[in-house]
Amino acid sequence: MAKAAAKKTTSVASPSVERRPALAGRSTAATGAKVEVLPPAERISLRAPEASTAALSKALGVTLPKKSKTSATKAGRTALWLGPDEWLVIDEAGNDPLADCAAVSALHSAVGISHRNIAIGVTGAGAAAAINSGCPQDLSLDAFPVGAASRTILGKAEIVLLRTAADGFRVECWRSFSDYVFTFLSEGSRDAAV
Amino acid sequence: MLLIRCPYCEEERPELEFRNAGEAHIARSANMAGESDDDFEKFFFIRSNPKGIIYERWRHMHGCARFFNAVRDTVTDKFIMTYRAGEPKPSKLPIISNEVVAK
Repeated sequence: MAKAAAKKTTSVASPSVERRPALAGRSTAATGAKVEVLPPAERISLRAPEASTAALSKALGVTLPKKSKTSATKAGRTALWLGPDEWLVIDEAGNDPLADCAAVSALHSAVGISHRNIAIGVTGAGAAAAINSGCPQDLSLDAFPVGAASRTILGKAEIVLLRTAADGFRVECWRSFSDYVFTFLSEGSRDAAV
Repeated sequence: MLLIRCPYCEEERPELEFRNAGEAHIARSANMAGESDDDFEKFFFIRSNPKGIIYERWRHMHGCARFFNAVRDTVTDKFIMTYRAGEPKPSKLPIISNEVVAK
């Protein structure tokens, strides 16, 4: 009897490993823009000097961009330039970029931040206007083309912005800011529709 | 809103992404413990606070997060130029809007 009970409990996922994404499944659709929480992804914060970038690019399978406000994508993995020696790597294919970096002996610092960030997708004709409701950057296609990425600010919260399409953005923010950012963007999308 | 040129992003970005970080080119003594109280006070508390050209440290806080130096006019609040951290004070300042600012 005791044995059977023990068996039963092991088959249930332990609560400590259960993943509960903030705002999971939330979305709002206004006339001009749709704001939705994107599925969880693997992410790392990568710091490395110039000399290590070649080895890291090879290990990650995506070339780390060296120019400001740019990103590189390959096979579901995106590397976003954040600073001269800093990148945010997002993997949406379910592979772990942290494990790939662990094999690199060149000097670098890779920190797993998969659970720290929440991704919010803003799509539609009014997407740029919705983000511009709280973000002071120029989001015209000339200044911020498809593939452009930048750390910036939305209202009072810091975000990382990536343009995935002419009318589509991925907004990455800290988990604890996600409620604020999502509500801000939802309000912005309603204003953008006017 | 002011547009500030970040020397690392090599682009003008809105001022909301930036934060001031005090006066620039203040060298920290290599022998801090040997500093006299007067010298330490000068290093730690005394700032120039000029009317006109000031050299400041700024940080692209919500961007590339890098510190850099900027030359600003405290009267007009205009940024005259920015340059990377560690670089020496520019010997010659660019001329802005027909008005010679270098003195």
